[in-house]
Amino acid sequence: MSEIIESVKNLSIGFNSQKGKQISILRNVSTNIKKGETVGIVGESGSGKSTLALAMMGYIKQGLFPLKGECLFKSEDLLKMSSRQLEKIRGRKIAMIPQNAGQALTPNLKIGYQIDEALRLHTDLNKTERDKKISELLNKVRLPSPETMAFRYPHELSGGQQQRVAVAMALAGKPDLLLLDEPTTGLDVTTQAHVLELLRFIAKDTGTSMIYVSHDLGAIAQVSDRIVVMYAGEIVLEGPARKILKEPIHPYTYGLLKSIPKLSLAGLPASMPGSQPQPGSINEGCSFYDRCNLATDHCKKNTPDLEHIKELNTNVRCFNHNELINQNNNLQTSITKKSNNSEAIEVLKLKDVSISYAKQKFFDQLLNKISDQNPTVKDINIDIKKGETIALVGESGSGKSTILKSIAGLLKTKDGQIKFENDRILSSNLKMRNPNDLRAIQLIFQNPDESLNPNHTVEQILSQPLKLYFNLSGEELKKNIIDLLKKVRLGEFYMSRYPRQLSGGEKQRVAVARAFAAKPDIILCDEVTSALDVSVQAAVLNLLQQLKEDLGTTYVFVSHDLAVVRAISDRVAVLYQGRLCEIGPSQNVYKFPSHPYTEVLLGAVLEPDPDIKPKLVAEDIVEEKPPEKGCSFQGRCPRKIGDICNLEVPPWQIGENGNAIRCHINIDELASLQQ
Amino acid sequence: MESNLITEDKQKNKLEKAFEILKTMASKPSGLIGLTIVLFHVILALISPYIAPYDYKAISPNTMLLAPSAEHWFGTDSLGRDVFTRTILGGRTALTVTFFGSLIALLWGGLLGIFCGLVGGKIDDVVMRVVDAFLSIPWILAMLLIVSLLGTSTEVLIPALGFFYGKGIVRVARAATHDVIAKDFIVSARARGHSNMSIIWNEIIPNVRDAILVEGAMRWSWMLLGFSSLSFLGFGVSPPTPDWGLMISNARGLMSFAYWSVIAPIVGLSSLIIGINLTADAFAKALGIDRSTKAPV
Ligand SMILES: Nc1ncnc2c1ncn2[C@@H]1O[C@H](COP(=O)(O)OP(=O)(O)OP(=O)(O)O)[C@@H](O)[C@H]1O
Ligand code: SF4
Ligand code: SF4
Ligand SMILES: [Mg+2]
Repeated sequence: MSEIIESVKNLSIGFNSQKGKQISILRNVSTNIKKGETVGIVGESGSGKSTLALAMMGYIKQGLFPLKGECLFKSEDLLKMSSRQLEKIRGRKIAMIPQNAGQALTPNLKIGYQIDEALRLHTDLNKTERDKKISELLNKVRLPSPETMAFRYPHELSGGQQQRVAVAMALAGKPDLLLLDEPTTGLDVTTQAHVLELLRFIAKDTGTSMIYVSHDLGAIAQVSDRIVVMYAGEIVLEGPARKILKEPIHPYTYGLLKSIPKLSLAGLPASMPGSQPQPGSINEGCSFYDRCNLATDHCKKNTPDLEHIKELNTNVRCFNHNELINQNNNLQTSITKKSNNSEAIEVLKLKDVSISYAKQKFFDQLLNKISDQNPTVKDINIDIKKGETIALVGESGSGKSTILKSIAGLLKTKDGQIKFENDRILSSNLKMRNPNDLRAIQLIFQNPDESLNPNHTVEQILSQPLKLYFNLSGEELKKNIIDLLKKVRLGEFYMSRYPRQLSGGEKQRVAVARAFAAKPDIILCDEVTSALDVSVQAAVLNLLQQLKEDLGTTYVFVSHDLAVVRAISDRVAVLYQGRLCEIGPSQNVYKFPSHPYTEVLLGAVLEPDPDIKPKLVAEDIVEEKPPEKGCSFQGRCPRKIGDICNLEVPPWQIGENGNAIRCHINIDELASLQQ
Repeated sequence: MESNLITEDKQKNKLEKAFEILKTMASKPSGLIGLTIVLFHVILALISPYIAPYDYKAISPNTMLLAPSAEHWFGTDSLGRDVFTRTILGGRTALTVTFFGSLIALLWGGLLGIFCGLVGGKIDDVVMRVVDAFLSIPWILAMLLIVSLLGTSTEVLIPALGFFYGKGIVRVARAATHDVIAKDFIVSARARGHSNMSIIWNEIIPNVRDAILVEGAMRWSWMLLGFSSLSFLGFGVSPPTPDWGLMISNARGLMSFAYWSVIAPIVGLSSLIIGINLTADAFAKALGIDRSTKAPV
């Protein structure tokens, strides 16, 4: 057994409510971190995972205080140390990498200077030694051309590179323990996979222990040796990563794993009902009782203890865990969705659509012409059939939202046409569209915190489209609102709530209800589940699918998550730098041959399975602008064949299974290359 | 975390909401003190004409510069007028002028700020330049010009003060509007096809109102100080109107032997400024607004 470097014992942390009650948000947590080990802490938002991680570096957020227990770092209690003593430990012995590293870097100081600063603070090296160390560190985090990197400013780096710099700074003091709080959340899929790969390498190379906090089991699976699952402030399951992910013996973890959409599976993931109890609302019984399908009356009255299961080397907090042992081949199941009939008519056509953000020149403005030879989005041709779900996939900046906005009339198109029903051209000016067309196309946004007016009640929010489009008022309005709430599985009493009184999933349901209030033909969904926890995401996906089957709505679904797309969509269009790369029925896009960019994206997907490692084929650089000529993917393509890629726009080729691919490599050759 | 614990389902009406805000404001000592001071001054201003023991302009050579006594609680000034009477009536003048002045500042500042935030671009740039240019003239000099052209009646002073103190409100309203219009709920309303007026009224105003009101309250205390300085310099209300600035200015030379005639207006002025400041702070906290403007005292 290797040495334990930090040990948490019976830790409870809480706050005083306005009514003066003591409310704990972390309850009786105990765990050990061994030398060289990476521990993943996973849980939904509000489960207390960040509070636990911060306490492990002796930091308690303002307003909170420890109720009992200790955090022993090398047998000294961090929670009892003075701030002077803690200063000596933080940075040197325990280092932390926050979620948004870009914001943690000082914008007006060069990267090299900031790393030097960290070295001066946390080591006793002299100037020349430090200079050597800086390039050593930049090398270690595998930044491209580390010699010049030191002279750059943070804004000259991409998100992934900034995260690497943050890792380099954290490593400056040679810490024994590295704390990472959602370090890859918000990064692109390919960037995320690269950063995780780097972390795994560093853990091996330096023998640093790591605590990796995330809501994303896919990311946790890639780096962790051991996993701690938190629920409502308690550890509910803890054990070796492989055991937890392959044979979860706690109903919560089991449900969580089932609610993650998987690349290998078509159809929607099963969703777990309900939501996590609020701190302070748990009195007696198991905290998971309300959502558990194994619950018995015994669980309602009695609180289960964390029990050690010797054969599996895991700790579990559940009376009925035996029922889950050997149940786990069930993890690979999903709900099949009704597919739409393919003969359906086309409702929306994008014809040669180009969109530009370039400022108009004065003369062009007079002539109402946009002259941009290299627009953000170019030559998009997509025909969307009634009742289908078409997904637009691509990394950040690929123009997904831009296309949605121009369909909604929020952005003018530069060239091309958007045709709706019977080939009627929709004006690219919102004000020129007729009200019925506006009603027929509705938008749902990524972040419900931003898309619902914080000063309106749910009733006011839902009454807006009803008043605007159908002139409803009085009793009829109210009846319609209640119907809408029922459709999205919310009770009547939600009417008087403000958005701040709703959970993330509930807010998104209200946003869905508002879109459906217009009785739309088409709903444009912009990353509608990416701000949600997986169990909530599964519920929202199932809700969207159900509504579509009942009402025959067409969805244009934008997402960067290929597994989510696989679950919900009938057809997929892959975009790079505002240009289409591949389009086809979704089951085919996930089979080879694929466009090289699709291949890169598929390779970077993180599955909650330690045996499926991402395949990193392309660099994780971020391109600022689409290339002027040739293939849009030329800058990063791992299969690039030569000058032709730089000079000529590749032709469309149809694969044997029906997906269209835009690449200079012959499609059969591509198929054999990708085998 | 704490806000998650709110589970009340009942929709509150406006009055209840206002009461709730007042309660939150009064729950902290500083807010309670501020509210008490402001309330005291407001009540005094309302009833002062009825409780004033003497005529504020009655000059009497027999009672010049009397020390405080049972007849004249705060003594008398150099013209033999009762200082207590003039102090409580002076509060009435200050509150009336600055209250309506602030209202005007709120109105033009708020509306112009919201307008600039909405249209953005060139028009916004030009308007803000003009506003800045106008207000970079030292306001005391500008006031001197206005007063000498139009006189010192309250009908001149109120709009003039309102104009000069609206600039900060323009900035706050503009910034708040700017923040709000970038939010998805505005985009969502636009995409639904709501009219511009309906978007301004339903989506924008409710979200910038609080910030503007807090700024207005803050500007009120600044304006009190400004108004009293004007009077002190002789450009404010003209004698014999009872006014704190005037009283301080008149009694300034007599400080060494008739301190009473200057203490009362100073206490009145500073307590009111502090009171409004504390109230504005508590108001901002109760609404959850982070204020960066610093208080004038
Ligand atoms: N208002 C704007 N002005 C100028 N450029 C913009 C603007 N909005 C977006 N862009 C640029 O247009 C490109 C496409 O952006 P878009 O938001 O459509 O990407 P996306 O695929 O939705 O990305 P994400 O996954 O990050 O949401 C990006 O390069 C972006 O920087
Ligand atoms: S103890 Fe009961 S309620 Fe809790 S997780 Fe186990 S079976 Fe479910
Ligand atoms: S055309 Fe060339 S650069 Fe583009 S995807 Fe094909 S091989 Fe790669
Ligand atoms: Mg987007």
